[in-house]
Amino acid sequence: MKQLMLGNAAVARGLYEAGCGVASSYPGTPSTEITEEAAKYDEIYCEWAPNEKVALEVAYGAALAGKRSFCGMKHVGLNVAADPLFTISYTGINAGMIIGVADDAGMHSSQNEQDSRHYAVSAKIPMLEPSDSAEALAFTKLAYEISEQFDTPVLLKMCTRVSHSQSIVEIGERVELPLKEYTKDISKYVMMPVNAKRRHPAVEQRTRNLIAYAETSPLNRVEMGDTKIGIITSSTAYQYVKEVYGEQASVLKLGMINPLPEKLILDFASKVDKLVIIEELDAIIEKHCQALGLDVTGKDVFPLEDEFSQNLIAEKMGIKLEEGLSLDEDIPVRPPVMCAGCPHRGMFYTLSKNKCTVMGDIGCYTLGAVAPLSAMDVTACMGASISSIHGFNKARGEDAEKRTVAVIGDSTFMHSGMTGLANIAYNMSNSTVIILDNSITGMTGHQQNPTTGYNIKGDPAGKIDLEALCKAMGIRRVRVVDPYDLEACDAAVKEELNAPEPSVIISRRPCVLLKYVEVKPPVKICKENCKGCKMCMKLGCPAISFQDGKASIDETLCVGCGVCEQLCKFDAITK
Amino acid sequence: MTKNIMIVGVGGQGSLLASKMLGHLLLTRGYDVKVSEVHGMSQRGGSVVTYVRFGDKVYSPVIDKGEADVIISFELLEAARYIPYLKKNGRIIVSDQQIDPMPVITGAARYPENLIDKMEQAGAQVDAMDAMSLALEAGSAKAVNIVLMGRVSRYFEEIPEEAWIQALEECVPPKFLEMNKKAFALGRK
Repeated sequence: MKQLMLGNAAVARGLYEAGCGVASSYPGTPSTEITEEAAKYDEIYCEWAPNEKVALEVAYGAALAGKRSFCGMKHVGLNVAADPLFTISYTGINAGMIIGVADDAGMHSSQNEQDSRHYAVSAKIPMLEPSDSAEALAFTKLAYEISEQFDTPVLLKMCTRVSHSQSIVEIGERVELPLKEYTKDISKYVMMPVNAKRRHPAVEQRTRNLIAYAETSPLNRVEMGDTKIGIITSSTAYQYVKEVYGEQASVLKLGMINPLPEKLILDFASKVDKLVIIEELDAIIEKHCQALGLDVTGKDVFPLEDEFSQNLIAEKMGIKLEEGLSLDEDIPVRPPVMCAGCPHRGMFYTLSKNKCTVMGDIGCYTLGAVAPLSAMDVTACMGASISSIHGFNKARGEDAEKRTVAVIGDSTFMHSGMTGLANIAYNMSNSTVIILDNSITGMTGHQQNPTTGYNIKGDPAGKIDLEALCKAMGIRRVRVVDPYDLEACDAAVKEELNAPEPSVIISRRPCVLLKYVEVKPPVKICKENCKGCKMCMKLGCPAISFQDGKASIDETLCVGCGVCEQLCKFDAITK
Repeated sequence: MTKNIMIVGVGGQGSLLASKMLGHLLLTRGYDVKVSEVHGMSQRGGSVVTYVRFGDKVYSPVIDKGEADVIISFELLEAARYIPYLKKNGRIIVSDQQIDPMPVITGAARYPENLIDKMEQAGAQVDAMDAMSLALEAGSAKAVNIVLMGRVSRYFEEIPEEAWIQALEECVPPKFLEMNKKAFALGRK
């Protein structure tokens, strides 16, 4: 049956049909829905792991045990999982194993624009790259066959426009596979030097075998058209190329991006007048072609930055474009903001008011950096807030300790904040860490985590007690505040910054978008009392605006959190 | 010939249901269809855009500048923002609701005036409507998306009303179906 399916859902369908038995992932846009959709199939055991390294190792264990397995992550998640990645390339697997990684060219929801294909090259692991949902489904199934045939994990590379586009797929039936035998083999699986030395040549031979496979695999496809221009491309860039050229150019569409074929490329090059490489982000295919001695057009014309589109390709290839309409008007930007009633707002207002230096982290609360709160100094990667505040305080001493805080969400703390806190406790910096506990993984769309007490299916699960955990790690000053209570937040921040030892403040209130959270009626503005002082505007709440010299509440957005009410000195905001 | 529809608005306004219904409808009419969405950070009250493309064979999942036949907008400013994507003589179907973006709230920018006139002067065929009032009349502010779908359906003469209703039935939970059918009818009227 034909149906429209999101690219990520098509990967999940592929996992189901191929008999995948275990999936472990950490959420990250644009990869999240693969595992969310997989969890809807009862035949696949699915879980959210605390981070990508754990997820990859869980999937590895399951594959060794004899079940086809999967782990999914966004591009930066693969950095976290890189350690096992490079070594399981040596050991190989038992049953098939797929590592799904989704890049975010254009950085719709990411902190950098790294190209995951480099990992496939350097870890010497085959990588498949679908260009729409039908391929996402088919390549997922094929990836398991390659994995088992060549005894290697396989990387399945998605990107925003493949992950989050719906296109037509035809679904099939699931194959139930028997559990494969597990056999102890120290020389293959215990990677101490003596064994690893023997495994490395096997990896190199595997790559040679995979190149031979790539030469004739249906994953790589030649579509001959006009031979004046020959284009080598892959992933979503292929779709843009076809949109622009149709049959007006010949195309070598690569579905397997590592290792790349040699004869196939040389043969294609010999049939066309001019060879153009069109790939988003880095010049992986282009450098391979250059190493084969080919003269190509690529990054001399196409950018290394941002995602491509049909217009970009046409423009760079000198094709005239239809112009759109234009409006002679300044259109104000509409950046994302913390939601009305977001529990993070009260704490960020407190940090802004106290002029704190704020080491930030990755999550919804990164929006604390947006004006008017502007309460963030640094954001780099998962967990960096806690590790870097320690370095910041060691370098600048007591003056910094009294004004610097780290902010990190509950899920991010479980992901990679704990090791940073261990360092603070062990190497004794007087750092103040604020765990913004909204009891969910927010930005990626509400996934459970080890602190919420529920698993990926919403069933009761183990629950880690943050207070007990921080205390057990050696932090004596652990306190909980309600971020809707501005006075309590202010007192907690001031006291803990001034305390002569490390502290953890848990700023706890569930995300206002969670279904179980009961919202209150919107607050009201008493126009007579409002002096137009704009104090309430300092919160940056999307429900509060300023009209005709007075504050005004958008009743469709306001959830009655009452934080603005606490700020008003003239009793102009009431329940 | 590929047709291009953009659905734009403010994160959280319900454009995903509109694109789901539209994609489903076009698939049942035998077209090749691609629908492209953006999830994640921009859903937090930011500007959001969904692309719906259909025809005999659709390659690119995205719509580029100068390519859109129709822009459906949940908010006035967002319609204006995406006008460079509209073809000459393309149509804009817009809910006249205005939601101030943060730079307007903080006073760093102003919300432009007379946008409907300006979009018409730029060469767009603008169909502006008070979709919020019609949605409330149907029973819920959340039905703005279906009111807009009702209005859009007017411009697709090749697709009969029954097919739209059927798509609605297949995409909306049963308990909200009657309300949404009313919203669709009010939008189409």
